[in-house]
Amino acid sequence: MSRKQQLHRPGAPEGPPGDDTGCPILHVDMDAFFVSVELLDRPELRGKPVIVGHPGARGVVAAASYEVRAFGVYSAMPISRARRLCPRAVIIPPAHEKYARVSAAVMEIFRSVTPLVEPLAMDEAFLDVSGAIRRLGRPAEIARQIREQVAGQQGITCSVGVASTKFIAKLASTRSKPDGLLVVPADGVAAFLRPLPMAALWGVGERTEQHLARLGLRTVGDLADTPLPALQRELGNAAGAHLYELSWGRDPRPVVASTPDKSVGAEETFPYDISDPEVIRRELLRLAEKVGARLRAGGNSGRTISVKLRMADFKTFTRARTLPEPTDLARVIYATACELYEGSGLERVQLRLVGVRVENLAPVGQTSRQLALDEQESGWHEAERAMDQVVRRFGRGAVRPAALVGESAPREHDEREDRQEGGERR
Amino acid sequence: MKFRIDRDALADAVAWTARSLPARPPVPVLAGMHLEAGDRLKLSAFDYEVSAQVSADIDVEEPGTALVSGRLLSEICRSLPPHPVELTTDGAKVMLSCGSAKFTLMTMPVEDYPSLPAMPPPAGSVGSDEFAAAVSQVAIAAGRDDTIPMLTGVRVEIEGETVTLASTDRYRLAVRELHWKPERPDFSAVALVPAKTLADTAKSLTSGAELAIALGGVGGAGDGMIGFEGGGRRTTSRLLDGDFVKYRSLLPSEYAGYAEVQTSAFVEAVKRVSLVAERNTPVRLSFSQGEVVLEAGTGDEAQAVEALEATLEGDDITIAFNPGFLLDGLGAIGSDIARLSFTTPTKPAVLTGKPAGDGANPNYRYLIMPVRLSG
Repeated sequence: MSRKQQLHRPGAPEGPPGDDTGCPILHVDMDAFFVSVELLDRPELRGKPVIVGHPGARGVVAAASYEVRAFGVYSAMPISRARRLCPRAVIIPPAHEKYARVSAAVMEIFRSVTPLVEPLAMDEAFLDVSGAIRRLGRPAEIARQIREQVAGQQGITCSVGVASTKFIAKLASTRSKPDGLLVVPADGVAAFLRPLPMAALWGVGERTEQHLARLGLRTVGDLADTPLPALQRELGNAAGAHLYELSWGRDPRPVVASTPDKSVGAEETFPYDISDPEVIRRELLRLAEKVGARLRAGGNSGRTISVKLRMADFKTFTRARTLPEPTDLARVIYATACELYEGSGLERVQLRLVGVRVENLAPVGQTSRQLALDEQESGWHEAERAMDQVVRRFGRGAVRPAALVGESAPREHDEREDRQEGGERR
Repeated sequence: MKFRIDRDALADAVAWTARSLPARPPVPVLAGMHLEAGDRLKLSAFDYEVSAQVSADIDVEEPGTALVSGRLLSEICRSLPPHPVELTTDGAKVMLSCGSAKFTLMTMPVEDYPSLPAMPPPAGSVGSDEFAAAVSQVAIAAGRDDTIPMLTGVRVEIEGETVTLASTDRYRLAVRELHWKPERPDFSAVALVPAKTLADTAKSLTSGAELAIALGGVGGAGDGMIGFEGGGRRTTSRLLDGDFVKYRSLLPSEYAGYAEVQTSAFVEAVKRVSLVAERNTPVRLSFSQGEVVLEAGTGDEAQAVEALEATLEGDDITIAFNPGFLLDGLGAIGSDIARLSFTTPTKPAVLTGKPAGDGANPNYRYLIMPVRLSG
């Protein structure tokens, strides 16, 4: 069982909802999203163990109903294993276009509440409802309305966390699943956080968790009671300060409304200039993986792929190629990026920065796809989506291409950097 | 060198040879056309991939050779007045006179010109018109993107009296079978010929009734080459490396159903309806008993719809294609009635002419991968 799963305690805590004053941040998360959408077409399966995933020998669980989770089945587990754990589970092959449609409709509901909607994936988003309070009522009331509208219009349930910050709101929605609503009052944040295991803190990976455990720090409360300088000594200045802030429930990140992306890109400035084409290609692979994952998370695919190469003297080259059909596959992005790099004449030239970008985006659900003769029914699309699932569950770096395995563990601040990159748009 | 030649004979021979001149010569001499006056005139061009050589009747006064700019010679010959032409070398120059028009051309060093590749051993012969038609039917499906060179070729498979031509760009696959007369009844060979070269060559070698094919000089003269000869013209092409896709297994062995539509009406309707189809959007074909409805465009875009008479064997089906791919196939089947055989909307469909009789195997099949519709 994953570390993060310990956090998941089904059922909202009993009692009246807490005081939502100063809690304008909502985190809305669909419950077992793919399964819920499938159940709309197959109502007879309601209350039964249902798995969405490719039924083939190498398929993995893309989503599991709560009934089947009781058997120990979770996302990203091989289907064969899930079958052994729960032989009577019904397995439905995923239909991502369908999910993208429902997702778009749900996001529409959110946007009718507030323009400040920050989708994190197809099935979850942050909302800042400060501006809607006069019009629609208190945050908890708005959360209730959203849950009602999603259920009424789309026939699926969602869980909402209401809190003063994104970080707490997300923990709260997880806590209230399924079909729940949890308000963490602004003055109750510390009480809410302190008993949680360290892994609840975003940025705490397995390594950090072990590191802290060796120091005798197991819960968020333990961390909060540790003097900041001591933490910084152990974890480094930035990571120490970041975790300390989080342990007190302080999370300064605002909800950033994302307009539909025009392009998705990532770039890396090397600590020192690099000329080795092997290293450059490996970096292109890492960036392609990142861009591919982000495209898929946003339900997008793009046709134009560009690479950016900045030389030691800051002279910058950008080369782009438009593909015959849109892609959201890291594999395709990487192959094209390599060709562009090789065709740039900058092999063996000292580079200080490389970037990969996909432009010409269109939502996956709206693009019809020319099938190819040598395409397998399930192939890289499924493989990379499975990777997304694994990464979402086990964290960044849980699966990656073999060429990247030697790399150091994901940096603590990766996610924050991402957000900044995501905000860089044309 | 000094000879006289009929104006049209020269113009034809030069124009044909000039087709093989490289657009960007890797070395300067390859921009030249090689003239060799013996009993006949031999004109040659070569770009390291493809060689072309043609012979023409002349009245020779003084045999010899010369190398002149092929591009210039072909432009001159195209514009000559209708009079006999005389060519003479004068030191490092070639004088061309035709009626009262006179040209002086600079020559390039003949000794620097590479020798043309040897013709592979003769393999057999085929009707030149039928071959040209067959090649054009297949070459449309070849890829144009050099990133996968294998897909830019036409696979030529010879087994006794049967020649099979096939090419694919991953989205469609065209296969044509035809008969020929092999040199030996048990002749067998495979080759991957650049599609553009093969199509151009086959089209330009229809002046003689028969076209001789030279192939299979494994390890000897003409290894890795294919040669064609007909009507006094001969050309060689280097073959592409690499294994072709195992295309036979891609052709479905059975179908869930098929529909038949009058070809010309079908072509017209696809062209009309696809006017609203933006790049990469498909035309949707909904077959039901007695008709096919063609549609393109969705939602908030322009839309078009048209219905045609069709016969359908099997269950109703809606299947979508890239209109360009569909039109390529309909244009190639060479039959008044088109038959589209299919399995499911996401499995390959096969376009053929309506077979002459039951069980008759079509000699041309155009497999086309559908477009998967969103949602």
